[in-house]
Amino acid sequence: MSAIAGIKPQAASVPQRKFGRAPAFAAALIAGILLAFNASGYHLFQYAQVLIYMIALIGLNLLTGFNGSISLGHGAFFAIGGYGAAILMAHLGVAWWLTLPIMAFICFGAGFGFGMPALRLEGLYLALATFALAITMPGILNYKHFDAYTGGTSGLQVDKPKVPLHLPLNQDQWLFLCCLAAAMLMLFIAQNLVASRVGRAMVALRDHPIAAQTMGVNSAMVKATCFGVAALYAGVAGALDAALVGFVAPDSYSVFLSLSLLVGMVVGGLGSLWGMLAGAIFIEFVPNLADSFSDMFGESAKALPWAVYGVFLIAILLLAPHGIAGAVQRVVAFVRGLMAKASPNLTPELPAISAGNQPAEQNHRTTQGS
Amino acid sequence: MRESAPLLDVVGVSMRFGGIVALKDVSFSLAPEKICGLIGPNGAGKTTLFNCLSRLYDVSEGSITFAGTSLLGLHRHDIARLGIARTFQNVALFNEMSVLENVMVGAHGLGRAGFVAAALRRRAERDEEKLILARAESLIEEFGLNAIAHRAVGQLPFGTRKRVEMARALAMNPRLLLLDEPAAGLNHEEVEGLIAEIRAIRDRRKVAVLLVEHHMNLVMRVSDQVVALNFGRVIADGTPAHVQADAQVLKAYLGDEAA
Ligand SMILES: Nc1ncnc2c1ncn2[C@@H]1O[C@H](COP(=O)(O)OP(=O)(O)OP(=O)(O)O)[C@@H](O)[C@H]1O
Ligand SMILES: [Mg+2]
Repeated sequence: MSAIAGIKPQAASVPQRKFGRAPAFAAALIAGILLAFNASGYHLFQYAQVLIYMIALIGLNLLTGFNGSISLGHGAFFAIGGYGAAILMAHLGVAWWLTLPIMAFICFGAGFGFGMPALRLEGLYLALATFALAITMPGILNYKHFDAYTGGTSGLQVDKPKVPLHLPLNQDQWLFLCCLAAAMLMLFIAQNLVASRVGRAMVALRDHPIAAQTMGVNSAMVKATCFGVAALYAGVAGALDAALVGFVAPDSYSVFLSLSLLVGMVVGGLGSLWGMLAGAIFIEFVPNLADSFSDMFGESAKALPWAVYGVFLIAILLLAPHGIAGAVQRVVAFVRGLMAKASPNLTPELPAISAGNQPAEQNHRTTQGS
Repeated sequence: MRESAPLLDVVGVSMRFGGIVALKDVSFSLAPEKICGLIGPNGAGKTTLFNCLSRLYDVSEGSITFAGTSLLGLHRHDIARLGIARTFQNVALFNEMSVLENVMVGAHGLGRAGFVAAALRRRAERDEEKLILARAESLIEEFGLNAIAHRAVGQLPFGTRKRVEMARALAMNPRLLLLDEPAAGLNHEEVEGLIAEIRAIRDRRKVAVLLVEHHMNLVMRVSDQVVALNFGRVIADGTPAHVQADAQVLKAYLGDEAA
């Protein structure tokens, strides 16, 4: 029993093969399709935004939760993805879906190139270097000699993707379903990575870099590649976002975006991939929630939304120190424990449970990438 | 005395940290499939020597050759593939990972698949993964760790963690195993078990062992050769009986006790 309670959400990467994850994906797809045909256009836009954040958060979590490097500048790669896609669409007439792999590729390169030297820094110093990236980005996008491409302060307008092949969908439904497909694919890939040899190398470098190197892990290479992958995820998210919103402007990519992503990752749960859905929901809805909450106090309190946001954040960190994914996992373990106690016909299995093997393993596998 | 070409050849190695001389002109060699005890009082430089062999430290002077290859031009992460594995004095496991995963990281060098192959789960990657898993599982079986294979290592007692570390070190089928104080924290019975285990590892896997240990009884019983260090210098090198009787060794240890 104690083995179950003791397993932390970060302990992940036992090979999770076979169909362990098919049910979760099937459930998510069904829920998504149900939403697509029942929610209003405005809500679908918000849900699509959630899925986009989820993609960016998964990438950030690969970097921070699994590989242990911090980035306060993830929004910069989101910006590159967004602006890159917008420029490709607006100036070069590239199809919107084609901008996704292109920006994935470019952002991987940018992330790898930035990561190679920057990852020599550690802890706070790395945090500062990435923060500098986040601070620089809006300035670059605003730079007036780039105006011809970026549209300067007023930004760049792009045509929103149209529904192809006369599918019986409206534009909001189509975009939402595209984001759903993209999010599921990116999640699937991240799960593959985490449960592989490189995934274990990432976690090993986080837990004990010297021991990992002694086992033959090429630290510089794995860490820079991981940074590149995280940037790739942010780039894809940014490109999708540009298509969804139909507009990019420097203001959308302020430092606050980078910080929001960090918040979303921690709230969702470090080292949990499905948890990034919860983190994305937090990023998308809690600021609005805080807004409407503080409206109840009238106009007198202009800064109140941020205070409310802060209170929400602190409450979550106190109630769920391992993020929402960690809390969910503890509830599941608790319910399982109750069920084991409640059904006496399970007693023949109890010795196996106290030997600590089977249940811990099951728990471990669901933890993994959950 | 040495019949075959040495597996490991350490020649004139010095290691300085600022003003501290941790190793001074250390030379010795180790034949394949032999067990060599490395002894010396605290601070003699034993762990420092291991760290030079692992390329964690850059030696100030000298050369280290393993199976005809100079180690000094290699990266840290090349050492495992070359056939040198180690454990650490203070246990250096991946605490959030399970026992099985730790041993699987030990088998890292058995695979080549990178991020793309893993992301797409290519056939070659899956085959490698099976190989790595099979190797790890057989070691876990061998070290009697089955019952805790899926537990996070951070929660395990010190002695068990040391066993996990040894299993992890063997995952690459090394030709040289460096053990840094494997008997630390073990009781009398467990030390007996360890002696049998070290011998079995050598006999079955044809691996040479370089063994740092303060437990003299263990070292003298298990070793074919003993190298004694004091203040970073080799003060004796020979059979256990020879080193045990060496005047300088006696003085180093008695002096240590008297201090
Ligand atoms: N990274 C380092 N920086 C500075 N000095 C070091 C470093 N590593 C080791 N030393 C010094 O080198 C000397 C040898 O240390 P080492 O750890 O190799 O001893 P040891 O023989 O392993 O001792 P013990 O039996 O206590 O483990 C000591 O004086 C130690 O302080
Ligand atoms: Mg030592």
